[in-house]
This record gives sequence, structure tokens and C-alpha cells, in this order.
Amino acid sequence: MSDVLVQSPVEKKPLLGKKERKLITDPLSDNNPVTIQVLGICSALAVTTQMKPTMVMALSVTAVVALSNLVISLMRNAIPPRIRIIVQLTVVSVLVILVDQILKAYMYDISKQLSVFVGLIITNCIVMGRLEAYAMGNKPFPSLLDGLGNGFGYGAVILTVAFFRELLGSGKLFGFKVIPDALYEAGYVNNGLMMIPAGALFVVACYIWVQRSFAKHLEEKE
Amino acid sequence: MEFLKKKILELRPDFEKGGKYAQFHTLFDGFATFLFTPDRVSQGGTHIKAGIDLKRTMFFVILAMVPSLLFGIFNVGHQHFLALGEFAGSPLNGLWDKVFYGALKVLPIVVVSYSVGLGIEFFVASKKGHAINEGFLVSGMLIPLVLPPDIPLWMVGLSTAFAVVFAKEVFGGTGMNVLNVALTARVFLFFAYPTFMSGDQVWISEKSDVYSGATALANAAATGTPFQISADQPWNYSLQDMVVGLIPGSIGETSKIAILLGAAFLIITGIGSGVIMISVILGALLMGLIFNGIGMTPFMNMPFYLHLAMGGLLFGAVFMATDPVTAAHTGTGKWIYGLLVGMMAVMIRVFNPAYPEGIMLAVLFGNVMAPLIDHYVVQANIARRNKRLATRASLA
Repeated sequence: MSDVLVQSPVEKKPLLGKKERKLITDPLSDNNPVTIQVLGICSALAVTTQMKPTMVMALSVTAVVALSNLVISLMRNAIPPRIRIIVQLTVVSVLVILVDQILKAYMYDISKQLSVFVGLIITNCIVMGRLEAYAMGNKPFPSLLDGLGNGFGYGAVILTVAFFRELLGSGKLFGFKVIPDALYEAGYVNNGLMMIPAGALFVVACYIWVQRSFAKHLEEKE
Repeated sequence: MEFLKKKILELRPDFEKGGKYAQFHTLFDGFATFLFTPDRVSQGGTHIKAGIDLKRTMFFVILAMVPSLLFGIFNVGHQHFLALGEFAGSPLNGLWDKVFYGALKVLPIVVVSYSVGLGIEFFVASKKGHAINEGFLVSGMLIPLVLPPDIPLWMVGLSTAFAVVFAKEVFGGTGMNVLNVALTARVFLFFAYPTFMSGDQVWISEKSDVYSGATALANAAATGTPFQISADQPWNYSLQDMVVGLIPGSIGETSKIAILLGAAFLIITGIGSGVIMISVILGALLMGLIFNGIGMTPFMNMPFYLHLAMGGLLFGAVFMATDPVTAAHTGTGKWIYGLLVGMMAVMIRVFNPAYPEGIMLAVLFGNVMAPLIDHYVVQANIARRNKRLATRASLA
């Protein structure tokens, strides 16, 4: 609750000031929901064998986080603190069902591929985490931006993971073959480890490794 | 030797502080102390606990693996010519052809494993300014011994790099690893390229497709007895073959006699823990006996002692489970760890048709559990002593 925006009444603020821009950019790097806050790992392991479903998953989560942040932020003063989790869950599940139905209507194949994991967005810690940490104490517009930022941060990580898993695991990107046949004839073989969830853990670990070697200030002081 | 010594002393100033190649001094030190005992001794108090240092320890383990390696080289050739139908009769027929063929197959794997692993080791050591460690000398020899003979060399290189980086260097290098490095390399290959690491096509080098190349272990998993092979194969595995090692399998795992020679050497020199070796074997036998008692599938009914004669169980018990870094450290802990590994190995073999060889996963599981086992053994000891103290206090 402490970081409520302080607004001076006279000064007219631009729509996307420094603070607002930070809401979007921070989750992409220094406050990434997956690599720094270690939230949403399960789905990062489960849906990232191919780029296409991963893309859809990233967009779905972004939509759910952003919209639920907005809705909860609008309702925040009316929610009794003792039942806030139930209220939050209700809002999130409505949004998830909406996303699920839209996917089923317009992208049936991908919806089948994602199977249970669309429904499991409800349990994605990023959603509840942002509601609790941000939307409950901030105005609707910053909350929306925060939701978008965290959705993008999540999407950036899972798309990177999916890129390597699909490239190394099946030699394709977005379903198109990118590794030339000549290489297979020379003895190259797709890496099966990338097709099982354990492979995703290694890719996420490498992502964190690279990120931390560039951003030294993230290292914990001993 | 005299020449080498002179050369090293001549080159040394270049590698010392201020010299031309000062940044490579760890590399130089590594090689120099590998060849000769350092001429400089520590000043002040004594630090020596035993005359044997890490380099000599590692070297003893490599010596213990030599019988397995030599027999492996011979056996790769033996299986190859047997499958082609040449040199029938006594296994010693065409000995030199077999050894030559096997060496051509096995030595490149050893070279790739060593050059990739040591390359990474040297790179990390000079980058971090650490002294070069000898830990990889053993892993680099273990990796070829647990691979099938026809494995593509780039896979050997990739898995070695993966194991050295992810199992060792990220945890802080030699002595800090949680998992056995050689087994991490194998498990990587097993999951990444399963068609090259399992099935009945990979264990005999360049065999004709007419013969099934199933290992004794695969036979046992399929039919309940390791001896009987499909009708299209002109020879049978006997118990004697399995003990001597004249069966298809990973390069170093087939000969139980060679492995036991290595085990004896490790125990006599005090390098390897005999307790762990014995408890792993006991654990495997115990689990085999339990399965004999249950007896629901043909594999369960197989006589329990045959588990020791097939697959890599014995190799894992002697060379993998005893790894002093990743095994349990406390006396009681070693027994628990060994029994756990042995029982898991046989359990995975019998229950899981997807993983014919259980010892690899069992040892890795044991590695992960070892710190926990040690913790509880130590805690139990503290509790016991506290209790004794309390009794004495109440008596006084």
C-alpha cells in the first residue's frame, strides 16, 4: 500500500510519464516475474515446446493479468479485505473462461494443444501476485500498465525458452523447418531432452545466468 | 624426464607474475605439478595430512579403471567380429584384429571426452584465476566407459561439455558438485538422444542387421532370463560369458572380473570406499530377493544374483557410487546410501520397462539424497550424545 502514487493537483501529467514507463519496462528486466520473482514457472515448463502455442499462452496471460489488474483496481475500495482473495479469484476465473472460450472458438487446434494450461492461468502466481502486490493499492491506469508489463515480462521469457526448445528439440520455429536437411544427413540429431520439461528448466537457468551476468546489481550481496 | 624438468624450470619465469604469459600461470602450474612434485614447500606450520595429494588420488582411480578399459577395447572388437561371423570359436581367435578394431572405436571417444572436458576446465580456471583441478581426469575416463561403442563423437563432446558446465562448474568446480559428472553426461545423452543410448541396435559396433544385439539385461527384462536370445542369433550368453564380459554393453561395464580387479585395487589403496561398494551390492541382492519372493513377472522370478552379472550395476557400484564428492560421508550414512542405491537400481530395472538400466538413475538419486542422509546421521549422533549428557547430569 505504500507505493500509492502521489499526484500533485496543479501539474498536468503526461499519459505515459517516467513512472508509467517504468511500470512497463521494469518487469521486462530487473523485476521479471519469471527469472527474478520466480513466479509462473510451471507453465513456463509446460507449454514451451513450440513457439506458436507459447505465443498464444503469452498473449492470454498478458490479457488476463492486465484486465484483472484493471478490474480489481477499480473495485479495490469496495472489496472487504477479509474476502479479497475470493473476489480476486472470481474476477480472474471469469477472465480465464473468456480467454478459453475465445481460443476454443477461433483457434481450436492451439486450444487443444494448450489443453488444461489455459484453465490453469487462474493458478498462475503472476496473476494473483500482481493483484495482491499492485492492483489492490493503486489506481486503475497504473494497474493496467503494471499488468501489461508483467504479461510482457512473462511472455519474453517463455518465448525465449520456446525458441530454444523448438529449435533444438524439433529443428523448427513456428512449425517451419529451419535446420537444413544437409545437417541431418551429416549426422545431426534433434535433442530429445528439450522436448521434456527438464529441458525447459535448463533453458530458464541459462536465461537467468545470462541476465545476471549482464545485470550485476541483481546478485545478492554475501 | 631430466629434459622435461629442465624445460619446465626454464619456462617458469615466463609464467610467473610479470612474465610474458602470466595469465596462463594456472595452466602451467597444472601441467608442471602433474609431471613433478613441486619444489617449493609451504612455509611455517605443517599442512600435510597424508603424502598423497589430489593428483595421485585421481591417478589411482584411473589405474583401477585400466582393466575395464583394456577389456572394453577387446570386447568392442570381439562383439563386432562375432556379429559378422568372423573368428568363430575361442574368443582369443583374431585377438589383435579385435584389439585394433576396438582401439579405433574406443580411443577417439576417450580423446574427445578428455579434450572437451579439460578444455572447459582450463578455460574456467584461467578465467577465474583458480588452480587447475584434476577432478576431470577421472570423469574423462569414466565417460567413455559408460557409453556404447558406436556413439557419434560430437555427442560425446556435447554431453561432456554439458556435464562439466552444469554438473560441476556452476556449483564451483571440483569437489563442489552435487551430481556425479560422468553420470550426468550419460543421463544427458540418454534423454537427449535415446536412440543412440538404448535399444538393441547400439551395443555391438557396426553389426549386420540380421542379428539382434540385445544385451543380457534387455533379454532379462523381456523374457525373464538373460541367457535366452532370439532364435535368429547363433550364440547364447552363458553365465561365464557374462562374468568374463563377452557380452554386448557399454564399453567398460561388461567384464565383471575387470571391475572387481579395479575394486580390489581401490579398496587396498584406500581410495574407494569398500563400505559403499558392498552396501550397493547388498542392496541390489536384497531387492532381488524381495522380488523373487513376490514373483509376479518372469523378470521378478529371475534368480536374484544374476542382477550382478548383467548391465552396469557392478560398474556403477565400484566406480560411480563411491565418488567421494557426491556419496554420503558419514559411516552410517554410507551404508544407508549404498543400500538405497542398490535397491533403487534393481527396482528401476524390474519395474520400469523404459529404463532398462537402473544403476545410472539410482546413483544420481543417491547423490541427491546423500547430503540429507548425512544430515540426519549427524543429527542422530548429536541427539544421542545430548541424551547421554542428560543421563549423566541426572545421575550426578
